[in-house]
Amino acid sequence: MDFALTEEQRQLEDTVRRFVGRDYGFEHRRAIQKTAEGWSRETWAQLADLGALAVNVPEEQGGLGYGPVETMLVMQAFGAGLLLEPYLASAVIATTLLRETGAADELLPALASGEKIAVLAHFEPHSRWDEAAVAATAHRYGDGWVIRGRKGVVPHGGAADLLIVSARTGGEAGPVGLFAVPRETPGLALAGYPTLDGHRAAELQLPGIYVPDTARLGGEACALPAVGRALDAGLAALCAEAVGVLEALLAATAEYLKTRKQFGQPIGRFQALQHRMADMLLHVEQARSMAMLAALRCADPDEAARRKALSAAKVTVGQACRFVGQQAVQLHGGMGMTDELNVSHWFKRLTAIELSFGDTDTHLQRFAALSAR
Amino acid sequence: MNLDLTPEEQAFREEVRAFVREKLPAHIRHKVMNGLHLEKADHVLWLRTLHEKGWSAASWPREFGGPGWSPVEQYVFEEECAAGGAPRLIPFGLKMVAPVIMAFGNRAQQERYLPKIRSGEEWWCQGYSEPGAGSDLASLKCRAENRGDHYVVNGQKTWNTLGQHADWIFCLVRTDTEAKPQRGISFLLIDMKSPGITVRPIITLDGAHEVNEIWFEDVKVPVENRVGEENQGWTYAKFLLGHERTNIAGIGIAKRELARLKRVAAAERKDGRPLIDDPLFAARVAQAEIDLMALEITNLRVLSAEKEKRAPGPEASILKIKGTEIQQAISELLLQAVGPYALPFRREAMAAGWQGEPVGPDYAAPLGAWYLNLRKLSIFGGSNEIQKNIISQMILGL
Repeated sequence: MDFALTEEQRQLEDTVRRFVGRDYGFEHRRAIQKTAEGWSRETWAQLADLGALAVNVPEEQGGLGYGPVETMLVMQAFGAGLLLEPYLASAVIATTLLRETGAADELLPALASGEKIAVLAHFEPHSRWDEAAVAATAHRYGDGWVIRGRKGVVPHGGAADLLIVSARTGGEAGPVGLFAVPRETPGLALAGYPTLDGHRAAELQLPGIYVPDTARLGGEACALPAVGRALDAGLAALCAEAVGVLEALLAATAEYLKTRKQFGQPIGRFQALQHRMADMLLHVEQARSMAMLAALRCADPDEAARRKALSAAKVTVGQACRFVGQQAVQLHGGMGMTDELNVSHWFKRLTAIELSFGDTDTHLQRFAALSAR
Repeated sequence: MNLDLTPEEQAFREEVRAFVREKLPAHIRHKVMNGLHLEKADHVLWLRTLHEKGWSAASWPREFGGPGWSPVEQYVFEEECAAGGAPRLIPFGLKMVAPVIMAFGNRAQQERYLPKIRSGEEWWCQGYSEPGAGSDLASLKCRAENRGDHYVVNGQKTWNTLGQHADWIFCLVRTDTEAKPQRGISFLLIDMKSPGITVRPIITLDGAHEVNEIWFEDVKVPVENRVGEENQGWTYAKFLLGHERTNIAGIGIAKRELARLKRVAAAERKDGRPLIDDPLFAARVAQAEIDLMALEITNLRVLSAEKEKRAPGPEASILKIKGTEIQQAISELLLQAVGPYALPFRREAMAAGWQGEPVGPDYAAPLGAWYLNLRKLSIFGGSNEIQKNIISQMILGL
């Protein structure tokens, strides 16, 4: 057992934290959020220069060949800075998926260098986090495939050069295949919109679009297990991001309680509020532990063990998101309700995290089912 | 002991229900039922509709043009209005400044202000909180200097709700800087058109413009706009806070929102079945409903006791805490109910009649903003922490 970071990991952590502190301040982020795209290509290029986009890419494909622990460190820093860029979608989930499907050689170097952005478009308007609920279909057509279907709330879909679309290849109950669909494919309709936390997502319509056979990733086998592993890597990274947000919000709230005075003293002197802060800290520390567990287990080949750990992590983190987020707003009083303070923005990101990749109750039920066996 | 309404109260309930069904404009009902944005005109139209019937000032005694209803009748009225999709009546005029003017204002003030509050002709807002005076309201600094026939007001108010629509503001101002904080406060009625007043929007986390900062720079206010005695404003403020908490439980609104939650959970599907059939989700909804049932009876107990007193006592704090917690819990479940479609967030989709391409089901669009906005419930009107202080001190004697 060893919770210590290696020297290399510490350097990576320092690098990303310095970047967030120096180049991704609250006002800068606010300006990015207000642009039409809602994220910054300039930031993306900076992330490429820092090597952050290469963390989850093997060395053979031009990456740094790091693993989930390094991703955790990066995501924690990005959580504190409330990064709006499609890092989780492209640099964590898509890279994992490409590695898993073995179709990595061409695309991974482009993702690691920041040249291309790829996003998994898997969930559909009615799938509600059920990974197997894929209704989109792909039929053979000449040398390629025709894909029909809809994908819903695709995270950062609008930022993608390449959408990795899941679709059933053998009719409605057939195996699920994956297709790398270029954004500019004729017929593909992408409607982007902001989400509650200021990020972007999109609805994707595929009304019978044609892709060549080379677009197919990972051969004939059903791709659902690979999708599951990619989403699991994403879930672990999301938990780490939450810890970064939680830490920042806890620190900001503690600071506010020391400086805000009412009844002739800092409100942090009131025991009721001290205990509330203590409860918030308990949530943050439990979430931190579970984010570590998630990072260490998210690549476990034993699916049941892996998913049990990840669901447990998401429940703990989701509960922390809700309690700490709500209480941070509460303890800031009216100020916590304003758009002008970063407290509400952290709160909104925590709210979105709690509701992403399966909400707390979904994972509570998933854990219960796995644990009963 | 008996929980049933009397036959007269039951008949009254039917009468209110029929009135709301018949007279509430459909477009307003649609907005309220779906959590969409209400315009000033919507609020005013409904108030005027009630006024024509003589029901706009539900909590007022007959002598000031109210219907003279008992607390139970007022409760039934508010519950039916909420259930029928009527907008909440903006309380600043009707429920806050009006009772103060009735109790402490002079005849001229009563005649000048009360009829226009009742008719919806004048919109009122509140000038209480300041940047340095929130929970500790008595530490307020906004200064009013007595210059004989007028005051000169300088300072800042904040968390002013809907002041952008207001014709008048009632303000707590400091008229004596030497005395103890509670002893040097006066209660002024200020015309929002007075030179020197600046209203600056505060945009909240849901993107809404619901609250403002208000700046006063050498604003002249005639002395006849002071209610009651100079430096006695704190007494009136405390009286007002007591009235602010009447019907703070929001039972009617919570029932309406619970019904919306059940509709949404019946329409949503999880694992091929309606979400409301999912045992865990059903249990969460059940818990909210049970809490609401208990609060409804607690509320009725307080109302019964109120028949003998003028304003509710510290037990109003119980209603405020539980009522806001329940409304917040329902807003959380609504958000949870729509799954991934809780995330799309477009302000423009919250306006009625929006013609854009919907993302996900129609009912999902306003839920994110609704959840975020309702975080205010446990902060305003005396934060829930302050309410617990009141319970500890006034009820438990700690």
